[in-house]
Amino acid sequence: MGDPLRFRDDDPAEEPAVTLDAFLDRANSSAVRLEAGEDARALLPHLDHITLIEIDFPRFRDGRGYSSAQILREAGYKGELRATGDVLVDQIDHMRRCGFDGFAPYAPIDPAVLEASLNRYQYRYQTAADGAVPVWKLRHG
Amino acid sequence: MYRYDKYDQSIVDARVEEFRDQARRRLAGQLTDDQFKPLRLKNGLYLQLHAYMLRVAIPYGTLDGRQMRMLGHIARKYDRGYGHFTTRQNVQYNWIKLEQAADILADLATVEMHAIQTSGESIRNLSSDQYAGAAADEVCDPRPWAELIRQATTFHPEFSYLPRKFKIAVTAADEDRAAIRLHDIGLKLVKNAAGELGFEVYIGGGMGRTPFVAPLIRDFLPADDLFSYIEAALRVWNRNGRRDNIHKQRIKILVHDLGQEEFTRQVEAEWQHILQNGTNVPREEFDRIAAYFAPPPFETGLSDEIDRSDPDFAVWLDQNVKAHKAPGYAIVNISLKPVGGIPGDATAEQIELMADLAERYSFDELRVTHAQNIVLPHVRKADLHTLWQTLDAAGLATANLDLISDIIACPGLDYCSLANARSIPVAQKIATRFADLGRQRELGELKLKISGCINACGHHHAGHIGILGVDKKGTENYQLLLGGSGAEDASLGKITGPGFNEDGIVDAVERVTDKYLELRDEGERFLDTYRRVGFDPFKEAIYG
Repeated sequence: MGDPLRFRDDDPAEEPAVTLDAFLDRANSSAVRLEAGEDARALLPHLDHITLIEIDFPRFRDGRGYSSAQILREAGYKGELRATGDVLVDQIDHMRRCGFDGFAPYAPIDPAVLEASLNRYQYRYQTAADGAVPVWKLRHG
Repeated sequence: MYRYDKYDQSIVDARVEEFRDQARRRLAGQLTDDQFKPLRLKNGLYLQLHAYMLRVAIPYGTLDGRQMRMLGHIARKYDRGYGHFTTRQNVQYNWIKLEQAADILADLATVEMHAIQTSGESIRNLSSDQYAGAAADEVCDPRPWAELIRQATTFHPEFSYLPRKFKIAVTAADEDRAAIRLHDIGLKLVKNAAGELGFEVYIGGGMGRTPFVAPLIRDFLPADDLFSYIEAALRVWNRNGRRDNIHKQRIKILVHDLGQEEFTRQVEAEWQHILQNGTNVPREEFDRIAAYFAPPPFETGLSDEIDRSDPDFAVWLDQNVKAHKAPGYAIVNISLKPVGGIPGDATAEQIELMADLAERYSFDELRVTHAQNIVLPHVRKADLHTLWQTLDAAGLATANLDLISDIIACPGLDYCSLANARSIPVAQKIATRFADLGRQRELGELKLKISGCINACGHHHAGHIGILGVDKKGTENYQLLLGGSGAEDASLGKITGPGFNEDGIVDAVERVTDKYLELRDEGERFLDTYRRVGFDPFKEAIYG
């Protein structure tokens, strides 16, 4: 039985994520953790050898991590992007759209509520990191 | 006007079910109020002093008769028979039960309406010129761009939890009827020397406790790039805006802290990056949307003559009816500011009547104005007298547009959990003091705006005369401001000095208007006189 909060087929990273400062000092780690205020673009030169980036949400209202995720996916990052911290079930759909594919919340997530939430919206108005085709494209074939 | 297709309808229907599930979990105790709060706020549901308040979106203030009638139905079925039209061209209901909120959203969805992003730290309902598509002075109708941005910003995943709320206004005329420079982003459609359409982009305006008039960040943004540029500004702010103090998290603070030049540099750099992602909505989609805003089939060969023999009608005509771009047509303003009334309130019956009148006389269109009035945008001049008689019989023909009794006021301490003082009784007392219409007309254009707290929902900073209610050692106290404007000559009002009690503020306003009558030159509005003579003569008149 796989982790219901992990949306990838590969095996999870084995080494623990290090801080951004530690990562930039050594640059030989393959797992790194970004705090809410840290600049995701600092990782861009290293993306090809990173397999896990954790992005922390200190409070669910702090939305900086959504932009961090989007920036990393736009730059071509293919490894796991894991949201940690104060992550609530009603946020996971938008986090998935921004490219998160792993979740490690403080509090447990009700799987039935999550499933309903992830299947609720059939159409999306914008392009994002999830590859969904926006309605403006569907409308014009 | 715009109509939903199956995609729009599917998204709004899904939202109803999402909210129904969230409300169910809250009522079952599975969500704490702290967790539920941002969810309900993303759907316009506030917990106020006495009940829940639901704010319903009226995108860019445009709606049809069927939608307006639904607003009356909701007032009657779920509220106490009233709707309250707001400064963001929306409507609010003050007596809502949480158990019924999802049912209201389901009713709204049947007429292509919703409450999405009408509150919370989200991209709010766009506002626009209430005369769009009818005004004689516009470059073109700005609403297709407003609708495009409405869709593109609805449930935008990256901007789900912004530092604070975010308000956008779009206009296309030199006369600014939407207060664009007091918005987070203000957009003005213009044509460049080559005749191409684009936008002047103003970023970082706002009222609240730290008001700013937005600086011009870009003087010509090609129209096709509109969405990507907004995304760039949002991303710069989402990443770098403060998160440590709720009073310093609006984008205006970031613009101010970085400085206009550095903020602009960061937005332009982010924009160059975002342009590579292909997020701009393509021209063919814009054209699809724009087709819905084609002008209605105006009759040609109509006379511009109007019979002015009824003197009361003539007064209303001069005050509340504005020039239309099509010959033989006029723009009608319906004042929701009767003397002694609550600014912006309408009964369910009045709302339904306005729906009927829009269908009969205005190509099935209405507008809500940021000054909390209603507009019938396309009325044949030949129908004006009959229309006026019907409005008059329903208490909807007050001839006070832009006069001192056409007051913008927030709900204040009568309803709002944030307020420090009541706004509505002050508005009622001022309107009563100046009830004589001849006296009001003698004073001319005079925009008076009242907020019941420093959050400035009543736009007091932008009033020619502004009033701010504060709490002074447990009693309500009112400060007076002079010289603000939300129009193309945007400016922020200046506080005159010590505040007043409820009756004292009415007297102070009267001393200001008396002084104006004494000092004005021929043809000057109050604001013009104030700007010419300055603050001191008025201060002396007020405080002696």
